[in-house]
Amino acid sequence: MNIFAAVGRMTLAFFRETGRLSMFTASAVAGLLRPPVYWRLILQQILRVGYFSLPVVGLTAFFTGGVLALQIYIGGNRYGAEAFVPQIVVLGITRELGPVIAGLMVAGRVAAAIAAELGTMRVTEQIDALTTLSTNPIKYLVIPRVVAAVVSMPILVAIADSIGVFGGYIVGTQSLGFNGYVYIKNSVDFVTHQDVTSGLIKAAVFGFILALMGCYNGFNSKGGAQGVGRATTNAVVSASILILAANYLLTNLLFSR
Amino acid sequence: MAGTPKVELRGVKKRFGPKVVLDGVDLKIDHGQSLVVIGGSGTGKSVMIKCVLGILRPDAGEIFVDGEEVTRLRGAARDKVLKKFGMLFQGAALFDSLPVWENVAFGLIQGRGMDRRRAKDVAIEKLAKVGLGSDVAMLSPAELSGGMQKRVGLARAIAADPEIIFFDEPTTGLDPIMADVINDLIVSTVKDLGITTLSITHDLVSARKIADRIAMLYKGKIIWDGPTAEIDDSGNPYVDQFIHGRATGPIKMEVRA
Repeated sequence: MNIFAAVGRMTLAFFRETGRLSMFTASAVAGLLRPPVYWRLILQQILRVGYFSLPVVGLTAFFTGGVLALQIYIGGNRYGAEAFVPQIVVLGITRELGPVIAGLMVAGRVAAAIAAELGTMRVTEQIDALTTLSTNPIKYLVIPRVVAAVVSMPILVAIADSIGVFGGYIVGTQSLGFNGYVYIKNSVDFVTHQDVTSGLIKAAVFGFILALMGCYNGFNSKGGAQGVGRATTNAVVSASILILAANYLLTNLLFSR
Repeated sequence: MAGTPKVELRGVKKRFGPKVVLDGVDLKIDHGQSLVVIGGSGTGKSVMIKCVLGILRPDAGEIFVDGEEVTRLRGAARDKVLKKFGMLFQGAALFDSLPVWENVAFGLIQGRGMDRRRAKDVAIEKLAKVGLGSDVAMLSPAELSGGMQKRVGLARAIAADPEIIFFDEPTTGLDPIMADVINDLIVSTVKDLGITTLSITHDLVSARKIADRIAMLYKGKIIWDGPTAEIDDSGNPYVDQFIHGRATGPIKMEVRA
């Protein structure tokens, strides 16, 4: 085993993969600008990506809001700052936890489903068959999924934000002794326009990332059932890591002023 | 035969990493001719077809369709060439998200923008040609047996009235009787209409039935090419070994890829 050869191989593989992903992204974006546009497929995918993710995203947002309220109360208690629960919950949910938790949950649900579906289509030659039937597979398969995710994620996150704050409200009023009217008034007075929109911008970017990683891994899967399994795992892992990395960059960018 | 060949390959080479798959393939298919390329598993038969269709890009060499160089065409120019082709994939490669009729009509609806209702009528008519009733049209591909899937694949390949059809292992995985049914259908729906065909197979019974001419691919090159009647006295030891299925001879099976 030559250690230099191994390092070299890994470096080359890294750059090859980065290059291929960039080319894939470029062809997806380029395809978006040229007709035909498959509206029916986009709507179908919005239903699958957006609507059917609602229960998962809603439940996680509810519990996240609740536990956030509880932790802030316990932590704030040490400094006598427990009265700030509503403000910190609404800030944490809209800026960070809403988009990130929704992004990760949808990555697990949708990126995996996309990779498995397209991966199976790849190994059974259905993607090649599209080409022979004068249909561009990028336009027919990739673009509807990416567009659907970019459109659905902000809507999902807007809903997740509301449900998350509601989770905090329930815990705050039911077990922490907050007055319901005061809790809501403090939340609404404190939250700014920018807190919410920054979260929604993040959501759209996360949607792009998770759909693209699902499509990319599915498109490049090979070697039968095992290959499809690997593509699915890679899609979820890479989408999750990229979402967290992009989250840091976006936070830096959006709040740097 | 006089005139330009329908499809011509000149010195086509393709390698994947260190593995040379096609090592300078020269092949001509005349207008209306039925050529069958035989060769062992993994000799690059499928790769050759995918190079002609533009799914894979050859590393070197030229491919002509109707005298026009198509090797490096992309986008709209490639689409125009692809409209001349139909293809039956090894595993039929039916889209399992669509019912049978939409599979058959896919190229008409997506590729040529035909009205869905009219395309459905054409699909049912094509299904009848391959011996399937209109009751099959509404089923999903997963509900069909392997032989029926192949027939639907054939109906899809002929749906848009192509000038050239490629068959990738049309009889593999079928019982001998169903294989013969498929062979008969190929002869009656394709060959008798004067459509040019290129088939790849290792099934000699099928090759003898559908071919006007047979060519043998070995180690990335065409090593023999002649009329079907001459295959038994080709005088080529490789061809003899292959058609008699002998384990010993000049062809050494590479157990390791």
